[in-house]
Amino acid sequence: MKYIDEFRDPAAARVLLAQIQTISTRPVQFMEFCGGHTHAIFEFGLRQMLPETVRLSSGPGCPVCVTSMSDLALAFDLLEQSGVILTTFGDMMRVPGPNGSLLEARSRGADVRMVYSPLDALSLARETPDREVVFLGVGFETTAPTVAATLLQAEAEALPNFYVLSLHKLTIAAIRAILAAGEVTLDGVIGPGHVAAIIGADAWGLLPDEYGIPCAISGFEPLDMLRAIKSLVEMAEEGAPAVINTYGRVVSAEGNRHAQQAMSRVFTVGSADWRGFGTLPDSGLHIRREYAHRDARVVFALKARTFVEPKGCRCGDVLRGTATPLDCALFGRACTPASPVGPCMVSSEGACSAYYQYGAGDNDV
Amino acid sequence: MCLAIPVQIKSMNGQKAVVELSGVEREISLALTPEAKTGDYVIVHTGFSLSVLDEQEALETLALFDELEQAANEELP
Amino acid sequence: MSDERILLAHGSGGQLSHELVSRVFLGRFGNDTLNALGDSALLDLPNDGSRLALTTDSFVVSPLFFRGGSIGKLAICGTVNDLAVAGAKPLYLSAGFILEEGLPYEVLERVVDDMARMAAQSGVQIVTGDTKVVNHGAADGLFINTAGVGIVPLGRELSPQRLRVGDVLLINGTVGDHGIAVMLERENLGLRSELASDCAPLNGLIAEVLEACGDAVHCMRDATRGGLVATLNEWAESGACCLQVEETAIPVREDVRAACELLGLSPYYAANEGKVVIAVAPEAADAALRTIQAHELGRNAAIIGQVVEGKAGRVLLRTSLGARRLLDMIVGDQLPRIC
Repeated sequence: MKYIDEFRDPAAARVLLAQIQTISTRPVQFMEFCGGHTHAIFEFGLRQMLPETVRLSSGPGCPVCVTSMSDLALAFDLLEQSGVILTTFGDMMRVPGPNGSLLEARSRGADVRMVYSPLDALSLARETPDREVVFLGVGFETTAPTVAATLLQAEAEALPNFYVLSLHKLTIAAIRAILAAGEVTLDGVIGPGHVAAIIGADAWGLLPDEYGIPCAISGFEPLDMLRAIKSLVEMAEEGAPAVINTYGRVVSAEGNRHAQQAMSRVFTVGSADWRGFGTLPDSGLHIRREYAHRDARVVFALKARTFVEPKGCRCGDVLRGTATPLDCALFGRACTPASPVGPCMVSSEGACSAYYQYGAGDNDV
Repeated sequence: MCLAIPVQIKSMNGQKAVVELSGVEREISLALTPEAKTGDYVIVHTGFSLSVLDEQEALETLALFDELEQAANEELP
Repeated sequence: MSDERILLAHGSGGQLSHELVSRVFLGRFGNDTLNALGDSALLDLPNDGSRLALTTDSFVVSPLFFRGGSIGKLAICGTVNDLAVAGAKPLYLSAGFILEEGLPYEVLERVVDDMARMAAQSGVQIVTGDTKVVNHGAADGLFINTAGVGIVPLGRELSPQRLRVGDVLLINGTVGDHGIAVMLERENLGLRSELASDCAPLNGLIAEVLEACGDAVHCMRDATRGGLVATLNEWAESGACCLQVEETAIPVREDVRAACELLGLSPYYAANEGKVVIAVAPEAADAALRTIQAHELGRNAAIIGQVVEGKAGRVLLRTSLGARRLLDMIVGDQLPRIC
């Protein structure tokens, strides 16, 4: 077993789809919180195979998309400082910043390096002791512990030239903001499996307990997602909301304690700016004062500036689930992957990009 | 979000491990899953193992799918 | 090993230039036409109603050598393949070199060795050339331009305009090998594999298909940059037709698939340097497949889809689950992702 193809079996998928069809009697609206789910749903073509009663909407779970322009601008400010090498994941390279993307900045001569792991940035710091290596940390609870562990490693090695610009955010804060705003009515949430691997399935208990909404923690293979959707339909039909963990091979009730500890050693919870949501309290991870000498904001005296989001761009509404990409007047016209206006058209897990790339809303497909 | 893929641990050296998926290898860190052993499958994200796969759970899930399929086949005329 | 290096004077036209040409190039590419060292190569071409095919391509790749190939191998195969998919028999190539000052001689010689080997293998001659040397830092080691000419026999017409509903789409093997192999070597992603570029001259295989299927072959293209998806979309666009491919039928190596899973990429968008997509009339599909599979470069060939009724300009993918979705082009190269 390699834990991939076994969970892509078309015959089992057909059976699950037929069962969902059978048990679904009334229209339901589920949100896939995670952009990875959005991407996978489109890639496998699950959306068009589901019965019409089951509608899926994309959520805020795309770290690149929820990064505010003012936060992104901090990364570009770093490039102005001499001796700095900015390292980040490939995902961030094409996002439109205040003055073009990081990819464009690189072609103008800025030293921006794409890495697979924050540990690669650490290696770079070891290899270039005369340079200041900053890792641009984006991502939710899945990614934050890996950056925390890297920072702790830098401490252990007393490596002087490694810093982190933390733009990490917390998923639970975002889902609370969506539900508290009351702008969308949800009959269920497909829970992000890899976030839950860290924070635990139990952390999603607030959905049924406080909001009466079912939640199914899901993996990213088609059978995982169909099983989660089936669980949500069952709970919605029965009016019995709970958290069901359909990704038990990876996710436990309590999550990964080591990862949680690494995160809380390095970060403290504070407010953060979200595209589409504005400033949310207790929604971001800031580097603790103890590690201020690793905090790029402190070391490089970065000052936040305010930016107006691009005119007409509805990424914010899309991230809150109050609009689909097709509701945006710019979608497919002024905003395409070739000339993106907002980040949701750039990130491969952005809803707009997925809708565009895979022809959603196109009746000829 | 968070692309994380199951890979198998081929060898270990302290907190470092070499993992493999279909002939592709990479060194990753086991700092977040110190309980992982050689031969285990782990979910890897940005060069770190996030979770050791629970084989028993996976087999139960697959068995569930098999049951579903069988039940569906029996319903056919 | 010698530590001789390219100097600016190697491009000056003087003694060193002469030495470079005779030692590095004539020694490897030498033939009667090139040995004349004229400003132009003078070629005998048939005059029987057949047409001349002319193509040119520039090669910039980093690293210069990668598993399964080199910039030199690419420079020959790329141009040979461009001629072959147009239905031409490739005959003569030119080779232009832009060398960075300080380039080790030995590197250049290895590249030129690869070119000579590939030219011999694909039955073409390099009949004219040029060398320039630029300042250190003005080129990434070396750049190569090759142009090629070939002969398209009377009556042969391969183009997307000939695509018809029902035409069958074939490919001669696994997709994405080159793009993923080069990315793994270039980007310091820490991934190790046995993966190698598929870089190869396809004119032999293509000649056999044309011989076996004749006019039933409607269109061919080597799926280089932008991969399989770019080729299919170009056909749908310029042939004003709708194409559908089956995800389960597209051959992908296990290790390419694995690297793609790990990096969040799709092999369908990754470059190939030894893969040709061929559209044939339905009645010729079996013969075409058998012919390709019998060739060394077509062992993993497969029928991957068809020209279907549908909106012109569209490429559709039937996913492994049986759903249909758009298979659209992407902007720029794929980047590894973690989200």
